[in-house]
Amino acid sequence: MSTCASPSEPPTPLDALDRRIVLATQGGLPLVVDPYRAVAERLGIDTDTLLARLRALEAAGVLRRVALVPNHYALGYIANAMTVWDVADEVVHRLGRRVAALGFVSHCYLRRRHPPDWPYNLFAMVHGRSREETEAKRAHIAALLGPHCRGHDVLYSSRILKKTGLRLSAAATAESKACSA
Amino acid sequence: MNTLDAVDRALINTLQDGLPIEARPFAALAAELGLDEETLVERLQALAARGLVFRIGPLYNAERFGGALTLAALHAPEATYEAIAERVNRHPEVAHNYRREHHLNMWFVVAAETPHRLAEVLAEIETETGCRVFDFSREAEFHVDLRFPV
Repeated sequence: MSTCASPSEPPTPLDALDRRIVLATQGGLPLVVDPYRAVAERLGIDTDTLLARLRALEAAGVLRRVALVPNHYALGYIANAMTVWDVADEVVHRLGRRVAALGFVSHCYLRRRHPPDWPYNLFAMVHGRSREETEAKRAHIAALLGPHCRGHDVLYSSRILKKTGLRLSAAATAESKACSA
Repeated sequence: MNTLDAVDRALINTLQDGLPIEARPFAALAAELGLDEETLVERLQALAARGLVFRIGPLYNAERFGGALTLAALHAPEATYEAIAERVNRHPEVAHNYRREHHLNMWFVVAAETPHRLAEVLAEIETETGCRVFDFSREAEFHVDLRFPV
């Protein structure tokens, strides 16, 4: 396995056991005092092997961290918006890093424009407990971008139509297992 | 929301930062909070049962699994919005889908095994819905470090 930690590196190939571990844990760990024991038992491996694999995936940048994922809507963060900005190409990488570092942006990406329908290239997700709070964050980004921003828009989310999360698919894993068998 | 006590808040705030990859991942935090591990885990079970916590577990960088991923959007007319959402969501490659307040009122993430399959799925959605699909493929990611304090 590659141990490169840079997030811009190409995908790290997962072996068959890694893929089984991802499949067994991507939906969450069992809420018990020793969750890895239960997962390891299900996978037919010992707990130390599982822990070693997870640490290796973390070192390779495949696993960001093991953490609690809050339901931010239920916790009161109801004003969730995708802010989109038309930022000059020559400064967008530098400014994108600064927007991401503001501390209240949950996702920040440079994306393809579709002129003339869609001039925006910098996408930053912001969340607030009210539209006023989210609006203040939007204003903060606008101030940071200043004259480098030629226009922007704010798209509040009004309904979750589907949320299964990004998952490694079992079908692909079966295929990879068949290939490696 | 209004019934989160100090321990619940501490758990939600602290565990968003992560827990150690160890056989007893809650032991240190339990000791710090003056709880036993069983009590801490019961608290987490209760927060999950109340829908305040989606899950506790590894957060994977899905794009590093390989395969292809994009954000796409379309404009669905109000009269057929629900039917179009149903057509889009029927694709297993659609990971999530949000209604947003904009002319482009449906935004979804598509993850496929290969770039070729990704292009096929977007083309299928365009054909099935009759809506132009905008592919906002990603050119760079800027790293963030967000928590939701409670």
